[in-house]
Amino acid sequence: MKRTPPQSFNTVPMKERLTLPRQAMPEQDATARAGNFLEVNLGLTAEQAVLEAQRCIECKSPTCMDGCPVNIKIPDFIQLICKEDFLAAAEKIKEDSSLPAVCGRVCPQEVQCEQTCVVGKRFRPVAIGNLERFVADYAMQHGNGASTGPEKPQPSGQKVAIVGSGPAGLAAASDLIKEGHEVTVYEALHEYGGVLVYGIPEFRLPKAILRQEVANLEALGVKFIKNFIIGRTMTLQELFAEEGFDSVFLGLGAGLPRFMNIAGENLNGVYSANEFLTRSNLMRGYDFPEWDTPLHRAKHAIIVGGGNTAMDAVRTAKRLGAEEASIVYRRSEEEMPARNEEIHHAKEEGVNFMNLVNPIEFIGDEEGNVIAAKCLRMELGEPDESGRRRPVPMPGSEFTIEADVVVIAVGNGSNPLIAQTTPEIQVNKWGNIVADEDGRTSMEGVFAGGDIVTGGATVILAMGAGRKAAAAINEYLKEKVGS
Amino acid sequence: MYKILKAEFIAPNVKSFLIEAPHIARKRQAGQFIILRVHEKGERIPITIADSNASEGWINIIVQGLGKTSIHLNTLEAGDHLQDLVGPLGQPTHIENWGTLVCISGGVGTAESLPIAAAGKAAGNRVISIIGARNKDLLIAEAQMAEVVDEVRISTDDGSAGRHGLVTDVLQDLIDEGVTPDMIVAIGPLPMMAAVANQTREMNIPTMVSLNAIMVDGTGMCGACRATVGGKTVFVCVDGPEFDGHQVNFQELGMRQRMYKKQEAESHQCFLEKQMKKVKAEQLVEEGA
Repeated sequence: MKRTPPQSFNTVPMKERLTLPRQAMPEQDATARAGNFLEVNLGLTAEQAVLEAQRCIECKSPTCMDGCPVNIKIPDFIQLICKEDFLAAAEKIKEDSSLPAVCGRVCPQEVQCEQTCVVGKRFRPVAIGNLERFVADYAMQHGNGASTGPEKPQPSGQKVAIVGSGPAGLAAASDLIKEGHEVTVYEALHEYGGVLVYGIPEFRLPKAILRQEVANLEALGVKFIKNFIIGRTMTLQELFAEEGFDSVFLGLGAGLPRFMNIAGENLNGVYSANEFLTRSNLMRGYDFPEWDTPLHRAKHAIIVGGGNTAMDAVRTAKRLGAEEASIVYRRSEEEMPARNEEIHHAKEEGVNFMNLVNPIEFIGDEEGNVIAAKCLRMELGEPDESGRRRPVPMPGSEFTIEADVVVIAVGNGSNPLIAQTTPEIQVNKWGNIVADEDGRTSMEGVFAGGDIVTGGATVILAMGAGRKAAAAINEYLKEKVGS
Repeated sequence: MYKILKAEFIAPNVKSFLIEAPHIARKRQAGQFIILRVHEKGERIPITIADSNASEGWINIIVQGLGKTSIHLNTLEAGDHLQDLVGPLGQPTHIENWGTLVCISGGVGTAESLPIAAAGKAAGNRVISIIGARNKDLLIAEAQMAEVVDEVRISTDDGSAGRHGLVTDVLQDLIDEGVTPDMIVAIGPLPMMAAVANQTREMNIPTMVSLNAIMVDGTGMCGACRATVGGKTVFVCVDGPEFDGHQVNFQELGMRQRMYKKQEAESHQCFLEKQMKKVKAEQLVEEGA
């Protein structure tokens, strides 16, 4: 597809641009923040944002856009920042992304847009994620979050149900409402946002930001219904037959925690990452007893796993007052799936990393509370099917570490609720819903996307899948009218 | 918000609520539960649905005031609202014509076993109900039970009603009298269910129990409610709540139920202090007026 390059507003001569330093994200002091749940990254200032935007060298073929799962018009919004028209920059992002304030915070830009940024080949790439976050926050603070775009669409008279209010569902809802469809989002929990509200901690993504994004969608006309479980409160079939929906999008998320199946895993104080984070984030266990939901505050917390969820859990344990909060990971830091920024932040906050270690048993006291973990040291062998070197136990390396809270963060299976109650929906051997490129499932009019299709992935990939499915739903609905 | 249509104490510290919930009422089957939050800072707790009426759009839950949330809940009256309510959750009870079905229940478990007893009867079983309580005042739902089953037998710990003893003693009596249960459903406090399961294991009588575990989301997402059944980890919320009583690791489940004992006491204390402050403030206002 041919694109017209945006008008340039960058006043810095091309040669000087590459000498500008990448603007550092202002952060809360590491010692202070390890004791609170306030956001770690404070956001660029307007001056910093303009300076950072001026580092863009305005490539003829902007490869940064190829790195973005939703193809945000990155060069265009960057030029609008150079012009200091931050609201217009926000509008530009919103043409392609429904949750910029969220994605500016949680996207792994270093392996997406910033990885394909041409400046990054020789220097540090333009901080596209930080810029996205800056303009999204600016627009929110200046009351322009709920912009409806150029004009209100003509009502199509067709109804779409979105099941799940996580990133996939919100992105799909955002696109479908703009096409004039009547959109209703169903959520099982008592707050909207899915993993964004139960999984990602306040210190990475403040709830207020998420609520604002949801409010923006409500202002566009999206209807939200909470405490409603499709598959239980109402079946998928009934959404069509009784509620008169023309199409349904399933963005259920992964949502079935995996355990290690080792001895002592059901001891008190052993949590899935989902439970630990849900108690802290959604239920605000960190404010117990002001809030009712309890959560064990550890002296020695160990978190098993090396992904972003593990980092979220270990940093949460630290903030809950753990003297020692450790990551226990069976491979080495190089293989860790977590973002570099998360690992870096965790280290700054005093998190201990025990790499090439794997627990084989948890030990409890007579009341059933976990007190220790028996572990083995590992070494890396030949690459496995994931391409990473396989961790192999070292004989005779068994040792025991103290642990009064253990969090298992080794991934999620897929939630069985829809599959249990909807035989028409085909699932694969892992329980993931089978869907084609555009999200079409085996049931007429039903589309799916996000973790329920791919297994555990990222927020932006789920959003991308939600948007693809929304486009396919739109086509499907047009054909339905035509026929 | 979910409106409370009716609220009344049916025994000391045990309250029955009718709650407006048309969607849940329409779908609910025997053995399923809901999750609720009392207020905006509240925890999510699971409660078995005792009864429902699809045409009138309500569900009935029976709540024993045990911890902060249930005690707070029991201060609510008709016209008040619950913050959140979701369901129906869990697998419905599997009912068939086994022959002779014995429903054993204790505490609020009696209200919860009523729909199962009724469904069992409707399926053609001869149904005998054994109800246990600490004393006569704590017996609930025995009259309703009598209406749906063939026979009700009662035991109390202090002998103030029915047989002086435990539900297991009554079950032994039945068997000694020549009754041969084909199926037993036990619903009540964990020690009661464990005792029944132990007794019937030796007699090789199939025994189903309804487990109450600590939950958060109730849809399989968090795994808080895991229990060991037949040596395997299950999630009570999506795999249950009913399981083969002979396979359940009751000791582990008991320990898991006590996981937050200390925090629960703290939360309860905190609630009582707030209530006291409220009462004192009201008194001051009254005195002022």
